Amino acid sequence: MIYIFDGTLEGLLTAVFEWFERKPGPAILKSKEIHQPDAFMPSFEVLTDREKADRVWKGMAKKLDRAWMRRAYCSYLSELPQIHHDLFQFIIYIFQSPSGAEQNYGHPQVLSITQTARKVEREKHRMEAFIRFQKTADGMFYCGIDPDFNVIPLLVNHFKNRYADQQWIIYDLKRHYGIFYDLQTVEEIEMDIDISLLKKTNQNLLDEKENLYADLWKNYFKSTNIVARKNTKLHTQHVPKRYWKYLTEKL
Amino acid sequence: MSERLIQKLNILADAAKYDVSCSSSGSDRKNTNKGVGNGHQSGICHTYTEDGRCVSLLKILLTNHCIFDCAYCVSRRSNDIERAAFTVDEVVELTMNFYRRNYIEGLFLSSGIFKNADFTMERLLRVVKKLRLEENYNGYIHLKTIPGASDELITEAGLYVDRMSINLEMPTEVGLKLLAPEKSHQDVIKPLGFIKNQIVQFKEEKKLIKSVPKFVPAGQSTQMVVGATPETDKDIMYTAANFYKSFSLKRVYYSGYIPISNDSRMPILGSQPPLLRENRLYQTDWLMRFYGFDVKELLNDNNPHLDTDIDPKLSWALRNMHLFPIDINTADYQMILRIPGIGVGSAQKIIQARKFGKLYIHQLKKIGIAYNRAKHFITCADTPFQLKDFQSHQIKGFILAESQSKYLKTPNEQLLLF
Repeated sequence: MIYIFDGTLEGLLTAVFEWFERKPGPAILKSKEIHQPDAFMPSFEVLTDREKADRVWKGMAKKLDRAWMRRAYCSYLSELPQIHHDLFQFIIYIFQSPSGAEQNYGHPQVLSITQTARKVEREKHRMEAFIRFQKTADGMFYCGIDPDFNVIPLLVNHFKNRYADQQWIIYDLKRHYGIFYDLQTVEEIEMDIDISLLKKTNQNLLDEKENLYADLWKNYFKSTNIVARKNTKLHTQHVPKRYWKYLTEKL
Repeated sequence: MSERLIQKLNILADAAKYDVSCSSSGSDRKNTNKGVGNGHQSGICHTYTEDGRCVSLLKILLTNHCIFDCAYCVSRRSNDIERAAFTVDEVVELTMNFYRRNYIEGLFLSSGIFKNADFTMERLLRVVKKLRLEENYNGYIHLKTIPGASDELITEAGLYVDRMSINLEMPTEVGLKLLAPEKSHQDVIKPLGFIKNQIVQFKEEKKLIKSVPKFVPAGQSTQMVVGATPETDKDIMYTAANFYKSFSLKRVYYSGYIPISNDSRMPILGSQPPLLRENRLYQTDWLMRFYGFDVKELLNDNNPHLDTDIDPKLSWALRNMHLFPIDINTADYQMILRIPGIGVGSAQKIIQARKFGKLYIHQLKKIGIAYNRAKHFITCADTPFQLKDFQSHQIKGFILAESQSKYLKTPNEQLLLF
């Protein structure tokens, strides 16, 4: 049996609900996007239903602690094609087993969720590290990113707590949405301009001292390096090249 | 104006870079009153230099003028280098502006000793207080304790900073006396002990009265230079173990000596820094702190030096083959931790997973252990039966043949006779 859903988290949770209602035996979950009709397997289209999704989420919260709920959510944010099915199976497995089953690292889906969640958390941590704000002339701190995974929802709290007295925007150039902090709350925003414009920095829009501090930072980065210990492999392992375009010191 | 600032930053960052510590972990300071900054429990490395070291903090000296003449230090008074000094405002400006752009996690402030210890400490304290009180800055601050500064100044500083550190520099008193006759280990031990007692005292008080402020929440650390003087690995690690125990240090850093002068007492200019040795020392340090090893098991009179070709954990296992193989499905956590190829994360997963049934090889591999290394030391549900009992040197050979260490420049395979 193939379950087809719309790719949203709610859709996925609804699919779990529908599966338990029907118990059709082994099922594969696929999003509409990647589904190819299969001549030998019947399929079932899941209609996303907020209420059903809520019930499943609440049910999960009864069996899993907060760390595991976060892991489940993080793995969903990875957007990897295989993860929909794994998460679907994981939730079913959790509901069908006595409590504590999430510790069974010998189970393929448990391990898959754990490892995917780790990848997402790592990407989130990298964003916390590698985001470089540029101060604009009107006092806004802006940064554009294109993370491997959809980690923006995970970044909100960190940046809100840390930069409470400055306005900032973090914008995902790949997924075309971002978050904006207006000194009170964080809001999701979508900018109505061409992405290619956002990718370049417009010197006229920058704060007059922005270039000075960027320069100072570059100089600091150079001076703090010990040439005798050069280790390029380790360097690129910690700062993979795909992130260089956002790092002021690497430009 | 800005050019002079860039110049100063270059000089004073360059002089500070031999201090290895760049950790920003261990403090959960909250951002109060809508200020800027907070602590991050596990720390954040914002970038890495080309030598692969993390850059988490803006690490600078307030000045590189110094009244001391320690042979291992670039800023020693007899060295002919450019000198500079930041003003308090300059340091504050730099820190705030770097922090606001998310370049750094906080400030690491050290200084050469000018005039005397108290005068220097008082200046450092002024920077810290300005950041905390005027700029409402709650990010990380790592401050050097200046040996010989008064208890009052140290206590006051401790109320504002997250971590304090003071460097041992040489692992043994003899080594220190050789290179820095004006200093002694006692200068380090006294403030380390004083701050440790203060931390304990503040914690006790905080249990009773909630409003007691935090005192050095991220603890203390120290650093030793490795390879400048002829100490053995055993000397170094015994000193480290002793300091971990006596002063509840968070970290001891080992810094491979990089020749900076033509002093006949030390390695000559241009010789390679002992990076591999440094790496092995850190591995030993980790084994002591996270794997439940006692330093005497890893280094003793029979083994005063760590092996260079294999890591200390493997080396310990090969010396203690009578304890292996260990059954993954029954052994206790402490023993699983001691198996080469299994780390803390995998060990914990194994303990959890085996409650649900016996573990098989394919599961162990998926959990993430280094199976090719661990297989010589474990049995699990489907370990193939093996008649031959390999000797430790044979196992070492198998493992070395598979591993590709960047340090092994020469192939260590036996040549064919014909």
